[in-house]
Amino acid sequence: MLLNQFLLLGAVLFCIGVYGVLARRNGVMVLMSIELILNAVNINLVAFGAMNGDLGGQVFALFVIAVAAAEAAVGLAIILALSRRSHSVDADQFHALRD
Amino acid sequence: MTGLFAAAPSAVSFDTPANIAFAVIAVVMVIAAVRVVTTRNVVHAALWLMIVLGGNGLLYLLLQAEFVAMTQFLVYLGAIVVLFLFGIMLTRAPLGRSDDLDNDQRWMGVAVSLILLVVIGYSLIKTYSDDKLTFGAVRNAGTNAQTQDLATSIFVDYLVPFEVVSVLLLAALIGAIVLARRD
Repeated sequence: MLLNQFLLLGAVLFCIGVYGVLARRNGVMVLMSIELILNAVNINLVAFGAMNGDLGGQVFALFVIAVAAAEAAVGLAIILALSRRSHSVDADQFHALRD
Repeated sequence: MTGLFAAAPSAVSFDTPANIAFAVIAVVMVIAAVRVVTTRNVVHAALWLMIVLGGNGLLYLLLQAEFVAMTQFLVYLGAIVVLFLFGIMLTRAPLGRSDDLDNDQRWMGVAVSLILLVVIGYSLIKTYSDDKLTFGAVRNAGTNAQTQDLATSIFVDYLVPFEVVSVLLLAALIGAIVLARRD
């Protein structure tokens, strides 16, 4: 196996996640796209760790999984609070700081 | 990973089956990821996300990171996807098909992600085209020596980041309860 096949798959998934963050209107779907991005990074971490024979890559992949869980919980709580406030999860409508 | 097979060339190589498995998993993951960001149904997006996350766990198994793979299955498939489904239902998102899930920046988004892909892909191909991963033989087969090494690495070399992550999880737990509480 080449190292590059894992890295390129990670790059493709990362870019799909970036598209999702930019193009999705629903806040929950934006969070799902962020999970895609974090998973793409995890593939890179584990693949680099396997190339160097170092366990640090796997350890930091575990840390990224924990941070992603925390991020999903707080992000969903924020979106829930916003949807109670304005009865919408549309990210384009939350412009109270602008006007 | 410089495995035992490098030293013993007569041993069986698992390169071809691993490549076939990788190709199948990669195609399924890319299709599912594209469906996550393009589907018109919020619940379907969460279910397609589940396929991407499961494929990620299978890739960790291909890279011989068993503990990370099991953590991926437990935390992502077991917890985070359920959290997303709860989020979809609690925010009263349209459960059926809805046509206004994308905003008007979608062509800009396509352009940005394609440019990013070209830049990252070019630099990866230019930098890492010679590096190979080989399947090493499992050390001490029948024991859990690899997971023990990982635990030693976490609790000796990376103890401070581990404690920071546990404090972060506690803070996120309390923060999520405070934010979502109905007052």
